[in-house]
Amino acid sequence: MQLSRRSFFKIMGAAGASVTALPPSANAWKSKAPPDPYGCLVDLTRCVGCRKCEEACAEVNGLPTPERPNCQCIVFDKKRRPDDKAYTVVNRYFTGKLDQFDKPLPTYAKVQCMHCQDPACVSACIVGALTKDETGAVRYDATKCIGCRYCMVACPFEIPAYEYHDPITPRVIKCSFCYDRISKKGGLPGCATICPTEALTFGKRETIVKVAQKRLEENPGKYIDHVYGEKEVGGTSWLYISSVPFEKVNLPVLSDKPSPKLSETIQHSLFSYLWSPLALFGVLGALMYKSNKNQGEPENKGGY
Amino acid sequence: MEHKAGPLNKKFWTPGVLVMLVFMIAGGISILARFTGGIGYITNLTNARPWGLWVGVDVATGVALAAGGFTTAALAHIFGKHYYEPVTRPALLTAALGYTFVVLGLLVDIGRSWAIWKPIFNWNTNSVLFEVAMCVMVYLHVLYIEFIPVVAEQFKDRVNLPGPLSVFNGLIDMILKIADAILDKIMWVFIILGVVLSCMHQSSLGSLMLIAPTKLHPLWYTPILPLLFLLSAFAVGYPMVVFETTIASSSFNLDSEMNILAPLTRITVFLLGIYMFFKLGDMFVRGTYTYLLDGNYQTNSFIVEMLFGVMIPWVMLLFEKVRNSRRGVFTAASLIVGGVVLNRINVFIVGYKPPLSDNGYFPAPGEFFVTLGLIATLMFVYRLVVTWLPVLQESKEVPS
Repeated sequence: MQLSRRSFFKIMGAAGASVTALPPSANAWKSKAPPDPYGCLVDLTRCVGCRKCEEACAEVNGLPTPERPNCQCIVFDKKRRPDDKAYTVVNRYFTGKLDQFDKPLPTYAKVQCMHCQDPACVSACIVGALTKDETGAVRYDATKCIGCRYCMVACPFEIPAYEYHDPITPRVIKCSFCYDRISKKGGLPGCATICPTEALTFGKRETIVKVAQKRLEENPGKYIDHVYGEKEVGGTSWLYISSVPFEKVNLPVLSDKPSPKLSETIQHSLFSYLWSPLALFGVLGALMYKSNKNQGEPENKGGY
Repeated sequence: MEHKAGPLNKKFWTPGVLVMLVFMIAGGISILARFTGGIGYITNLTNARPWGLWVGVDVATGVALAAGGFTTAALAHIFGKHYYEPVTRPALLTAALGYTFVVLGLLVDIGRSWAIWKPIFNWNTNSVLFEVAMCVMVYLHVLYIEFIPVVAEQFKDRVNLPGPLSVFNGLIDMILKIADAILDKIMWVFIILGVVLSCMHQSSLGSLMLIAPTKLHPLWYTPILPLLFLLSAFAVGYPMVVFETTIASSSFNLDSEMNILAPLTRITVFLLGIYMFFKLGDMFVRGTYTYLLDGNYQTNSFIVEMLFGVMIPWVMLLFEKVRNSRRGVFTAASLIVGGVVLNRINVFIVGYKPPLSDNGYFPAPGEFFVTLGLIATLMFVYRLVVTWLPVLQESKEVPS
């Protein structure tokens, strides 16, 4: 038993080291975000919940007409999520704010794919069916997809939806940032073309961040002093400003660390050039040679 | 100990096998429903919960419990402990069948089953799942190759195909002999490769969840999750061998193999101890013990996993009396196996709670039918193989 224990120490050491140790040569993780993407600002103080954006989105993307398109009443009674029939939905939240007659004031919040700068879904996708485009759009290519749904597990905003009732060719469904439209000069995403209260502002992300910051500066006390999406998970193409705390309108508190950083760092420090599997192969080969020689037996007689 | 592996040549159709058949039929009908009505037709999976019972049990747990294959191969063939060779064949068969059913489970679970080959040509090396998939794919073939000598041993010079196929008897025999002769020389490559590939994807299965820090409960979400998955795979390998060998030898009325199983559990004390050390250490370093008394279903599940799946069996195995008793060893091994099963279920199902849109998840009957059907089919094929191929140790005289 003594010898076996020692051998085990060795293999545990080798395996353990390969999991935890980062070789000095490993390059630090680098963001793969496009240099000059588009962005879109949602100003929650301006949104009145008319849901025209839902309608416009459905129209330009060939999706079914939204549920009760002209209703601003009972459709808000339940919290909705983007699903396989809708890229975007608007929800109503009562956050405790009161108007001058002490009646609760609603806050409306549009939700759609945030088009992260370093998207978790793109990193997770087993076949690279999801890609981050130069425009900032996170695009989906159904012809590569195998339907593993790891993108849905990975997404911190819980956005990708699935066609669960298609038995053979289901697709992942999510906002495309109207890629076909915004990649043309002057093109706008469907939702941003229609907003009657200018709650949606589309442009280069860099400009949009400045617009947001300017609004915060020029209206002291009106907004929470934070541009949501500027730094969250390394930055997103969609940005929000609000007078109520973001977590009250279902925008989660997230760290500034890009979602894929930890797993990609581990994967690449371990498996670039397959150095650790090769090293382990060598260690085990040496052990096998030694143990079989010591026992004076022909190597692995008879296999299994 | 000078026994040799041999086919069982026992009665195949027993009441137990008929029960398996019922589960297989129920599973088959459910799979038919999945491929006509879609995944949503027979599961409770939602956009918030894209992974459920099938990924948690059929895939993650299946891979973990097949760890007996590479851990016994490492012990007997790489570290040269030939004493343990009698258990390598059953462990190899379990691993080969286990991984086959992991792939079958995946085929049911993924939306576009017909596209399962696409990762071979569309690489995303940033994706943990890509690495897992590649390793599992190659390892499955390695396992099949490792099994060829077993087939060759049984059928060399005895190939006897029925009817008109008998003209191929000579050809098949020749292929078997050549394959066996070549493999005899290079089997060491596949044995080491199998261990390396196992270490890679056993750990990476844990890395899968690292991309979703807000969804997995902090009791399980840790940067060392891949290390914990690897260590638990090491720890569960021999208990799984004990578990299935004991069941097989009582079910087929074979010699008890306590003389091999008892020392295996001594190694388990060591391996399980390392796992426990890292698991508890991780909890104290990150201060997550503050959640333990929350009393909700997630934290309770963690307590059950640690207490009954790790700590109690570890303490049990410290006692020589337990290690030398067939019942004691079997109980401890079952607890460890159960603990690793619960760990995988906890990481992929119980501990997973998307904060924004979760409505709770409990598997639908259809999901259970598929999972149970796959397990029953696996046991059915195992029985089929050990009946006709030299896998288990030849039995003692059957007492009347």
